[in-house]
Amino acid sequence: MSLSINKTAESHPLTWCLREDEQPVWLDEYRRKEGYVGVEKALAMHPDEVVSLVKDAGLRGRGGAGFPTGLKWSLMPKDESMNIRYMICNADEMEPGTYKDRLLMEQMPHLLVEGMIIAAHAIKAYRGYIFLRGEYVEAAENLRKAIEEAKLAGLLGKDILGSGKDFELFVHTGAGRYICGEETALINSLEGRRANPRSKPPFPAVSGAWGKPTCVNNVESICNVPSILNRGVDWYKGLTTNGSSDCGTKLMGFSGRVNNPGLWELPMGTTAREILENYAGGMQEGLDLKTWQPGGAGTDFLLPEHLDLPMDFEHIQKAGSRLGTALAMAVDHKINMVSLVRNLEEFFARESCGWCTPCRDGLPWSVKILRAIEHGEGQPGDIETLEQLCRSLAPGHTFCAHAPGAVEPLQSAIKYFRKEFEAGISGQANNLREIRGIQPNQQ
Amino acid sequence: MNQPIKIVTVSDDSDDFVLSDADAQAIEHEKHHYEDPRAASIEALKIVQKRHGWVPDGAIKAISDLLGIPASDVEGVATFYSQIYRQPVGKHIIRYCDSVVCHITGFEEIVTELEKQLKIKPGQTTPDGRFTLLPTCCLGNCDKGPTMMVNDDTHVRLVPSNLANILEQYQ
Ligand SMILES: Cc1cc2nc3c(=O)[nH]c(=O)nc-3n(C[C@H](O)[C@H](O)[C@H](O)COP(=O)(O)O)c2cc1C
Ligand code: SF4
Ligand code: FES
Repeated sequence: MSLSINKTAESHPLTWCLREDEQPVWLDEYRRKEGYVGVEKALAMHPDEVVSLVKDAGLRGRGGAGFPTGLKWSLMPKDESMNIRYMICNADEMEPGTYKDRLLMEQMPHLLVEGMIIAAHAIKAYRGYIFLRGEYVEAAENLRKAIEEAKLAGLLGKDILGSGKDFELFVHTGAGRYICGEETALINSLEGRRANPRSKPPFPAVSGAWGKPTCVNNVESICNVPSILNRGVDWYKGLTTNGSSDCGTKLMGFSGRVNNPGLWELPMGTTAREILENYAGGMQEGLDLKTWQPGGAGTDFLLPEHLDLPMDFEHIQKAGSRLGTALAMAVDHKINMVSLVRNLEEFFARESCGWCTPCRDGLPWSVKILRAIEHGEGQPGDIETLEQLCRSLAPGHTFCAHAPGAVEPLQSAIKYFRKEFEAGISGQANNLREIRGIQPNQQ
Repeated sequence: MNQPIKIVTVSDDSDDFVLSDADAQAIEHEKHHYEDPRAASIEALKIVQKRHGWVPDGAIKAISDLLGIPASDVEGVATFYSQIYRQPVGKHIIRYCDSVVCHITGFEEIVTELEKQLKIKPGQTTPDGRFTLLPTCCLGNCDKGPTMMVNDDTHVRLVPSNLANILEQYQ
């Protein structure tokens, strides 16, 4: 985090409390800095009012898909007899290129705890879990300590702040596998099962953990909630820039061979160029920007000409990609696209849960072809086969969004850098003959 | 695609496994955080692994008895998750990030140097049982890569020349 930026509670609701020494902000300090005011305000309101407020604020999920958070909360059953409900925080952050939730959990654990209490009140959950990836040992320690502090202060447990509301919060740590981040796979994993996604419907709001109504939200989404309660809808909507249709601030970053890779809280709508040049300090000496991914491994590549786009859900989508996690990755001109995409697809192939055939078999096949092309041993028809794979792994053909995510960098790399793929096709095709009715690759 | 990396077996003492009282208590405690004891199975495996280094067959049976679920279910979970080791591993586990940003910042050089120093390939354990070398996906340090974890410690901004110093800390 660059500390030269003047941060205030009004302009940087997620990060203004961060300490210069990068130590966690514990309860006393957090409360001195407006901490838990949001909980007090929320508990004085009817749960439905809290849901409406978050809906009106226009907060969209920060986990990658951008689903409106208030709307998700409003999908929880109205039936009061379904009184065992769960609030789950998705803290499985594992998508290559993503390093935002980690900062919030390590240094601002109470912000997440406060957001969880408010969310639980809104959706009437009696219990909550923070599903944290196993490698985040420091985050686990800090969150557990924050939960203990909050319990002792009467902010968690029975009769929170005398409101008559109860809420119990646990940290649940995972044991690897990227697919645990998919929300229904996460629920299976929480229940102690293999992390295969579940078919939807029923959606978790109706039947989630142990068959009970469940809401799953990303860490950063939940961390946005306390300040919305505290400062209101108009303030939150006014945080954006460049006429963005989205609301609030967003943790955004640039990684790769830039001068100052990092993470900053910025208004939704800040242009990618501003982040790259003003915050990340531009490309390293002697390197030119060739292409970039706007928001994680599973987002389509964009070109330098797209840098002036506002970083928000609408504009990045219009350009043919997705905002995703909004942590962008710069690819410089010395990086070969075939090797880069081979690395990406190796990740997606290794992390496939193996449930559906196109994903389980298609991804390793793409890796095989990409390795061949990388070594100049590609055969005529290989690029077309990759394109065919992109089509058969597109949304709607598989059980979850893992395979469609894997396709995005592949299809866009072929679209923009086809020449680099063609350069790896040398050999004479040795599979041009029909063998027992199996058709050869098309040329 | 469960676990592409096969860990080389060093020894097998699975028959002698006894769950310690402390571990059994820790697992009991975990059970109460959930509506159903099955949910504690992953944590139970991690508790065993913390003390034992890896999860022998005997532990699968002990956990299944304690949680009241079939041993095949515990085994199914144990083999699914990449951080549960069903075969012996070294005393220290090195997990280096091999994901895309570290590809750009040069993890390949780091692995080459680690292979040279440890004289093993990814997925293997040194003959003296000191280190196991494993690839892992993004460690969430992409702005500080290349990066690796040794046990629970995170090491960032790796350069080949400082690896010997880092390994030295793990005897
Ligand atoms: C393969 C896969 C991995 C995912 N990993 C994560 C993750 O690590 N963290 C996260 O918040 N969402 C992840 N998601 C998205 C979740 O399924 C879900 O949309 C999100 O947690 C909802 O939170 P939000 O509405 O607050 O954004 C993943 C989705 C898929 C398909
Ligand atoms: S798309 Fe892939 S990861 Fe998702 S359910 Fe199917 S096999 Fe599993
Ligand atoms: S890609 Fe290596 S830490 Fe994220």
